[in-house]
Amino acid sequence: MTDQVSEETTGATGAAGAPSRRAVLGWGGAGLAVGAAAAGGAVAAFGGGSDLSPAASAGAAVPFHGEHQAGIASAVQDRLHFAAFDVKTKSRDELVTLLKEWTAAARLMTAGLPVGDVFEGAPEAPPTDTGEALGLKPSRLTLTIGFGPGLFAKDRFGLEGKRPEALVDLELFPGDNLDQARSGGDLCVQACADDPQVAVHAIRQLARIGFGKVVVRWSQLGFGKTSSTTPDEQTPRNMMGFKDGTRNISGTDKAALDKHVWVGAGDGSDWLTGGSYLVARRIRMHIETWDRTPLQEQEDIFGRDKGEGAPVGKSKERDEPFLKAMKPEAHVRLAHPDSNDGATILRRGYSFTDGTDGLGRLDAGLFFLAYQRDVRKGFIPIQRRLAKADVLNEYIQHVGSAIFAVPPGVRDKDDWWGRSLFA
Amino acid sequence: MRPARLTVLTAAAAVAALTAVTGCAEKSDKAGSGAIHVNATDSACEVSKTEFPAGKVTIEVENKGSKVTELYVLFPDDRIVAERENIGPGTKATITAEIKAGSYTFTCKPGMKGDGIRTQVKATGKGGTEKRSPELDAAVAAYRKYVQEQADETLPKAQAFADAVKAGDLEAAKKAYAPSRIGWERTEPVAESFGDVDPKVDVREDGLEAGQDPAKDWTGWHRLEKSLFQDNKIDDNDKKLADTLITDLTEWQKKVGQAEITPTSMANGAKELLDEVATGKVTGEEERYSHTDLVDFKANVEGAQKSHELLKAVTAKNDPELAKQLDTQFAAMNTLLDKYRADKNGYEFTSYDKVGEAERKELSDAVSALGEPLSKLAAAVAK
Repeated sequence: MTDQVSEETTGATGAAGAPSRRAVLGWGGAGLAVGAAAAGGAVAAFGGGSDLSPAASAGAAVPFHGEHQAGIASAVQDRLHFAAFDVKTKSRDELVTLLKEWTAAARLMTAGLPVGDVFEGAPEAPPTDTGEALGLKPSRLTLTIGFGPGLFAKDRFGLEGKRPEALVDLELFPGDNLDQARSGGDLCVQACADDPQVAVHAIRQLARIGFGKVVVRWSQLGFGKTSSTTPDEQTPRNMMGFKDGTRNISGTDKAALDKHVWVGAGDGSDWLTGGSYLVARRIRMHIETWDRTPLQEQEDIFGRDKGEGAPVGKSKERDEPFLKAMKPEAHVRLAHPDSNDGATILRRGYSFTDGTDGLGRLDAGLFFLAYQRDVRKGFIPIQRRLAKADVLNEYIQHVGSAIFAVPPGVRDKDDWWGRSLFA
Repeated sequence: MRPARLTVLTAAAAVAALTAVTGCAEKSDKAGSGAIHVNATDSACEVSKTEFPAGKVTIEVENKGSKVTELYVLFPDDRIVAERENIGPGTKATITAEIKAGSYTFTCKPGMKGDGIRTQVKATGKGGTEKRSPELDAAVAAYRKYVQEQADETLPKAQAFADAVKAGDLEAAKKAYAPSRIGWERTEPVAESFGDVDPKVDVREDGLEAGQDPAKDWTGWHRLEKSLFQDNKIDDNDKKLADTLITDLTEWQKKVGQAEITPTSMANGAKELLDEVATGKVTGEEERYSHTDLVDFKANVEGAQKSHELLKAVTAKNDPELAKQLDTQFAAMNTLLDKYRADKNGYEFTSYDKVGEAERKELSDAVSALGEPLSKLAAAVAK
């Protein structure tokens, strides 16, 4: 499956249906239009939205169905709302029902549609869809689900035999200062979109559908992608002002994805074939002290220059780094596959800022998201090396941590998130 | 309490009073046609006709008894269509009301007490009979009774609280504080629908409006809560406040039975009770000095559950899955709350300042789990 718009929305399905939220407003919103007309100027705001434009014409719907879940190799969107859930229900059937309901909702929302009525339902009932994404484009929304280790616990849902070997309990790495209230979770949903309102709406809807069965354990908003899966673009900068992750796997590099990201048929857990593993880390940056660090030192720490992002001794961002030219404890040198027996991960991290921390310091950093075929060969060896030696550690601290097995894609309209696991 | 606003439940008293004064007594007297005469005595309530055309109806009441009386026109669920209080012995009163086709009850209340002397009447003709379900009428009537009972039971408990304050007995007052609020908290959406009472008895300091002086304008339970639990003292002003609280609650007790209650307002009231829990109790904001939030919490849940139980016959028919879900979530909520009290029949709960962050989140999660299906109850009932 490729990212971006595909045949699904440009072709038959798109022409027949998959209207955008705007289009829905057009034909479903007759009542509203009348009201808006009466209100005068408001009608102008909706005027342009009443044409029935399929989502694809806006170039903004990522197909939900496919061999792999969207939101991994898909071109990285601008915004993130990530949520980890604890499962409260003890009933396997209830959990399965929820996953089916979530899938149906995700199918609608990624196509730019509301989940049920917004303003045309019973007046006595709260609207089914909360409505804040009405009139917005699909905005390349992707929703990606993951299953945490807790789901496979003994005497819970009968899944203990299906826990993949690679879904390990992450060790405590040196320097970790993990807040349990920002770590772990039985389920996670990663919502990425170009419009923050669309991403937030999606998580809010899923949380609402889940009340009584699951609870939000923690969530994280991200506002600026820090890595790209489209190497023709320049690598986005992190909160330290540096390009990091230049060598990320391209979303179109099938060979690299098969090798490093997608779980293969012989990897051990058949239900996970076509899926992946996700490690999420909330990495706080000591922004103020970093900002007082001399330029040369900043560049030495990363092993790249700040302006172009070129590795030490090279002139272009994408020039092959010569690791030995970097300081032994430079971040890029330590994180590079060559320093880690070829360990390669797909990064989709986002910058975050959650205001200030009460001490006047910016509560900001990197919400690191890494997808890989096997965490034991991906994130873990890399992080062990970084946690031990990276000079960047003086300026960062890992404060949240979670790991999830990410099931394969939802194949068609009858398929649902987790079918291969629960079936 | 919440900031004053129009709730689904509005005091029917105001509506009824308006209806009563809009009629023109002389005119209908002169016309002499169509008026219904009610002869009220200490032991009888004779109605001149029990069937009359729907529309604007004039009722002339003559009190021939020795006690002050009142007359109510009631819907089958005891909602008030029109009323006139304080009809003195030997005096007459005229009530006019817009009455749609349907069945009603005329009720005289000699001495202004009790259920009254009742006569079934019928308004006929056009105007369309309001389609009503007997099950829902029964639910509303039972809920109205519940609300009144809660108010009636609150008064003596509030009196005990006030007495302790007036006696200067700090410990006894502290002990009597939370129990005195239970009836109010159980029926809060109805209780606070009387806009004038709620700000007097249940306002918190931050709920005062701009220009109001906490020293002068802050009255009610929470003002006393602060004296007792924060300042650890009872002064003369507190003793006066205790009397004011009883005066205001007595006013509430008198009015509460007149609240307009409908099946959907019952359902929404249940949801609002959970909203109260979600915004005020789970955060520990409501009882910030006494930390008796879990008592209010329990009472709110009980009030919501009462609505659910009374409406269940209808909910189970219209949306069986929802009825089941509510049963499950109420049970889960109650089980969770029981963890915070040793005596399952008592109202002594763990002080909320001793409830940790993780436990508060667990309580909050349970409130969400119950509140979400509860928000669907009104639509299910209205089907």
